[in-house]
Amino acid sequence: MLATTVIATPHIRYLAILPEIVLLGGGVVLLAVASLVRRQLRVRVGTLLTVAIAAGSLGVSLWQWADVTGRGGFTAIDHAVVVDGFSVLVNILVSCAVLLTALVADGYLLRERVGGAELQVLALVSASGAMIMGSANDLIVVFLGLEILSIALYVLAAFNSRREASGEAALKYFILGSFSSAVFVYGIALVYGATGSTNLAQIADFLSRNVLVHDGLLLAGLTLLLVGFSFKVAAVPFHMWTPDVYQGSPSPVTGFMAAVAKAGAFAAFLRVFLSSFGLLRADWRPVIYALAVVTLLVGAGLAVVQRDVKRMLAYSSINHAGFVLLGLQAATGRGASDALYYLFAYTFMVIGSFAVVSLIGRTGDVAHDLSTYRGLARRQPLLAVCFAVLLLAQAGAPFTTGLWAKLQVVLAAVDNGSVPLAVIAMASAALAAFFYLRLAVLMYSPAPASGGVLGEEEPGEQPVALTAGTVGPFRAGPAEQAMAEAQPQPVEELRAPAVRGARPVWAGTEQSVAVVDRLNAALLIDAETVTVDGETPASAAADQVGGDVERVEAPDPALVSKVPVPALSAVAIGLCVAVTVVFGFIPAPLVDFAHHATLLFVP
Amino acid sequence: MSIGPAWYLGLAAVLFAIGAIGVLVRRNVLVMFMCIELMLNAANLTFVTFSRVLGDIGGQSLVFFVLVVAAAEVVVGLGIVVAIFRRRKSTTADDLHVLKG
Repeated sequence: MLATTVIATPHIRYLAILPEIVLLGGGVVLLAVASLVRRQLRVRVGTLLTVAIAAGSLGVSLWQWADVTGRGGFTAIDHAVVVDGFSVLVNILVSCAVLLTALVADGYLLRERVGGAELQVLALVSASGAMIMGSANDLIVVFLGLEILSIALYVLAAFNSRREASGEAALKYFILGSFSSAVFVYGIALVYGATGSTNLAQIADFLSRNVLVHDGLLLAGLTLLLVGFSFKVAAVPFHMWTPDVYQGSPSPVTGFMAAVAKAGAFAAFLRVFLSSFGLLRADWRPVIYALAVVTLLVGAGLAVVQRDVKRMLAYSSINHAGFVLLGLQAATGRGASDALYYLFAYTFMVIGSFAVVSLIGRTGDVAHDLSTYRGLARRQPLLAVCFAVLLLAQAGAPFTTGLWAKLQVVLAAVDNGSVPLAVIAMASAALAAFFYLRLAVLMYSPAPASGGVLGEEEPGEQPVALTAGTVGPFRAGPAEQAMAEAQPQPVEELRAPAVRGARPVWAGTEQSVAVVDRLNAALLIDAETVTVDGETPASAAADQVGGDVERVEAPDPALVSKVPVPALSAVAIGLCVAVTVVFGFIPAPLVDFAHHATLLFVP
Repeated sequence: MSIGPAWYLGLAAVLFAIGAIGVLVRRNVLVMFMCIELMLNAANLTFVTFSRVLGDIGGQSLVFFVLVVAAAEVVVGLGIVVAIFRRRKSTTADDLHVLKG
């Protein structure tokens, strides 16, 4: 009897989930290798394997892209998974994020002496969860992807067990993360009850053919889904965990978390709300509108008052989430493609930024106060230039991907009649530019050689003193020195004419003016970005720096020495800067890419 | 006397509310875990009830996914708690105050 009962199992098309398989399988293989070798696996071996796995997944994703652009999107595994431009773009993004994180984590693991391949394994598993969220076509698959992503991230946050903050961050993330997951799954249950399915396409189909007389259940479910997603993307008022978790987690993990968790959650957010509940947009658009407004303002506003750079970047990530919500709020294909582009650009900016933060944090990952960034340009000009570019890109400076990302979501909002929201977004961008520029200016202001030098200056003349102070210990004349000296110029040019008087002081030193000018010409791109973007906040930023001088006592001498820059971290930072700048100059390929990704969107 | 599905849904909603309030109000980490489990099980009960009402077996199979996820979550959560509170006396969330600002 029983033998005759055939249980129909869905046909599993493995090619459709190949990138996920590569990441997850690669993670398992890496874990097995790490467990089977007699001694602890060398960090470098783990890194190289992870890079290979991520590159493999990137290659498979690109192959999928060619397939999808040729033949269009399709669903697989009983319609639970969809492969279209949207999901492939998320796969590519996540693969890049894993690759970069592996490079950044290498230096971190060697420095902190927390060996083994566990961090890479967890990152691979977590990333596969983000990919699943991007290609889910069923609410329960979204939930599974969310949990695979999150559970691995909880452990990653606690990764450095020697840091008390790390464990605390993990616990806070865990409690609030699983709380939001529970809310999310209850939302799925209610939507299932109201529509009779958890499949995104079937929900959309049901809603298009039926008009619910009592739609309370559906709207309650929709609200709970919205709350669950808002927790994951860190939209205000569900952002409370973000600063603590970003600050407490190991810095490379924070970059990964900011990029991948946000991308995965937003991918599912966009797909669920645009494809399944597109017909209910009149109900949810006002809510997203309100969320976007408070997220933009609170994110930018609270970032300004932070002294800890990781906390500041956490609030800035909340601000970025607000911008992506702008794309969702537009509720159009264009809005979705702009949101995807934003996430893509943000991935490179944030991983690069946290890579620098991780280096500056030094052994123990503790030196994250603003004061440790003072005079970075003098000590390590190249690192400072890279960080400044990444920060300015986050601020939305011209000739970076950041500008195009912000511009497009704002235009999408304007196109859809949400002009007030667009204005608020611009205002928050101006506010955000202030704290990015403050950090950039701080890097290009001289390090306090001793407390006495600063104390001698008149308080009213602090900005002049800053520039003049650069000249004080002017000795050797090689180009490197000149570069460090040349850097303050863009900042100086922003200042009032009164300040300009300081220029002859330093230009008139024995250093050849010609060298400085030539270097300035070479650095014109950076100078321009500072000048153009910083019209309004710059003077305030300069004042702020002046104010800081009075408050900050001279940091520990150990903190003003050079930080070692491992080669792989340098490669990662270089890649992030290159993508940010190159696609900032030539935006067309990446914009078209994101645009195509949404054209292929299979509802 | 038969108990209609509305009762089950009501019970699930009450359980969910108790769990949610518990997470927000209670300060003991272990109790917070239990409250999260309560919320997940409220969702499970809702799934099963709707599955019965709709005559669709899919809802019941979803419960297994949720159960597995809940188990995995608790494993990781308890691991984190053990790692943190190994050197502490209590499992009170208010004792965690390194991160703030």
